[in-house]
Amino acid sequence: MKLIVAVIKPFKLDAVKDALTEVGLHGITVSEVQGFGRQKGHTEVYRGAEYQVDFIPKVRIELVVPDDRVAEATDKIVESARTDKIGDGKIWVLPVEEAIRIRTGERGDDAL
Amino acid sequence: MHINTGDTAWILASTALVLLMTPGLALFYGGMVRAKNVLGMIMQNFAAIGVVSLVWVWVTYSLAFGPDWGGHGLIGTFHFFGLANIEGNPPGYSLTIPHVLFMAFQMMFAIITPALITGASADRLKFGAFILFITVWSVIVYAPVAHWVFDPNGWLFKRGAEDFAGGTVVHINAGVAGLAVALVVGRRKGWPKKAMPPHNVPMILLGAGLLWFGWFGFNAGSALGANLLASNAFVNTNTAAAAAMLAWLLVEKLKDGKPTTLGAASGAVAGLVAITPACGYVNVVGATLIGLAAGALCALAVRLKYLVKLDDALDVGGVHFIGGVIGALLIGFFGTKAIGGVNGVFHGGGFGLLGKQALAVAVVAAYSFIVSWLLAMAIHKTIGFRISEEQEEEGMDTTLHAETAYEFSPSFGSGR
Repeated sequence: MKLIVAVIKPFKLDAVKDALTEVGLHGITVSEVQGFGRQKGHTEVYRGAEYQVDFIPKVRIELVVPDDRVAEATDKIVESARTDKIGDGKIWVLPVEEAIRIRTGERGDDAL
Repeated sequence: MHINTGDTAWILASTALVLLMTPGLALFYGGMVRAKNVLGMIMQNFAAIGVVSLVWVWVTYSLAFGPDWGGHGLIGTFHFFGLANIEGNPPGYSLTIPHVLFMAFQMMFAIITPALITGASADRLKFGAFILFITVWSVIVYAPVAHWVFDPNGWLFKRGAEDFAGGTVVHINAGVAGLAVALVVGRRKGWPKKAMPPHNVPMILLGAGLLWFGWFGFNAGSALGANLLASNAFVNTNTAAAAAMLAWLLVEKLKDGKPTTLGAASGAVAGLVAITPACGYVNVVGATLIGLAAGALCALAVRLKYLVKLDDALDVGGVHFIGGVIGALLIGFFGTKAIGGVNGVFHGGGFGLLGKQALAVAVVAAYSFIVSWLLAMAIHKTIGFRISEEQEEEGMDTTLHAETAYEFSPSFGSGR
C-alpha cells in the first residue's frame, strides 16, 4: 500500500475527486493548507500599500491505494489538476505499513 | 415656539440614522484590522455610544449648546446640565422641533466623533484608558469646538465660518485627534515592515454602506427640518459620495494597476466626509467637484503615512482630516446663496468666505491636535494608554475581552 499526498489548487479539488472516483478510487481525505513553492506567493494592494502574501491557500489530498494502482492514481491527479501555470502543486508517495477499517477490523488492501 | 410635526418626524428618523453610523463605522474599521483585533475595534466604537450618550445628556450638551459663558463664544454654561431647562429654544435657534430632539440629534454627532478616532490608534489601546480618553475628550475638545462652530453664539459661527453638518466639528476634529493619539502611543509592533492587511473586506463594504445610508440623516438632517434645504443636502451628499468613489478608483487604477473594493468604500467615505460641511451651501456642480477632489486627493493622502512613518492605522488622518479640510475650504469657492449661506469665489462672493473657512480649519485643527495630544500624553504617562507587547502579539479580542470573533473549531472544551 502507498499513501499518495497531493497539494493542488483549491478550485481543482472537484476535478481531481471526479477523476479518481471515475476509475474506482474511492476515499480521499482533504484539508485546507497554505504553502509556497516556486510560485512564491502573490501581491495584494490595500489603499496603495503592497503586501507580499507568502503563503498561498492550497488543498491537500491524501489517499491510500494498493501498490499496483499508484501509477494510475497519480496520473489521474496530474491530468485533472494541471492548468500548465505555475502553482499547480505537487504529488508525493509514501509507503504505508498497515491500513485498518475501524468498523470491521479488516486489514491491508481489504481495508482500502 | 411652533413645533412642526413633519420636521419633527424627519429629525427623529435622522437621529436614528446617525446613530446607526457608529455601528457601521465599527464594521468599516473592524473589517480593516486583523482577525485577532476585530472585537477590540468594534468594542471601542460601541463603548463610544455608551460613554458619550451619558456624558452628553448630563454635561456636554450644556457646554456645547447652553447659554454662552461670558459672551466670548468659547463655551456654554451648565444651564442645561442633566437636561435641565430645555423647554423652549436653545439660545440662538428658532426650532420647529422639540428642543430635546435637537439635543438627541446632536448627541449622535458627539458619539461618532470620538469613535472615528479609534481607526488611527487601532490594535493598541488599553480599553479602560480609551474610555477615560473619550470621556475627557468629549468635555475639553468636542464640546468647545461644537460651541465655536455649530452654536449661533460661538465665535467662529459669529465670524461667518460655515459648517453645515460637521466638517470641522466632526471630521477635522476627529482626524487630527486620531493623528495625535497615534503619535503618542506609537506604531503597531512591526509596522510598516510587517504586513497587516484587512481581515474581512466584505465587512468593510457593509460598514461603508451603513455609513452612506446613515449619512443622509447626518447631512440632510442637519437642515433641522423636512424641507428643500434638507433635500438639496441629501442630493449633494449622494452626488459627492458617488464622484469620490469613482475618483478614488481611478487613482488606484492609474497608480496601482487595479481598482479595489476597499478603494471603492474608502472613496465613498472620503466624499461623504468632504460634502459634510458643504452639503447645505453648494449646488450639484459644487458637490460633484468636491467629491472628485476628495476621492482623488484622499486616495493620495493615505500614502503619506509611510513617508512620515506615522502609524495612522486605518487612515483617519488621510480620509477624515484631509477630506474635512477639502470640504471646508471648497465651500469658500463653491458656496452659493441659491442653496444656503453666502456666495463663495465662483459665485461672485470674493474671497471673504474662503478666509473664514481657512480660519475655522486652522483653529479647530490646531486646538484639537494640541489638546488631544496633551490628554493622550497625560494618560500615557500615568495609567498607560497602550496594551502590553504580549497582548498586542496575541490580539485584543482574547486578552482584553476574553472572546474570539470567529470560532471554526467544533470542539470548544468544557463549559461551566
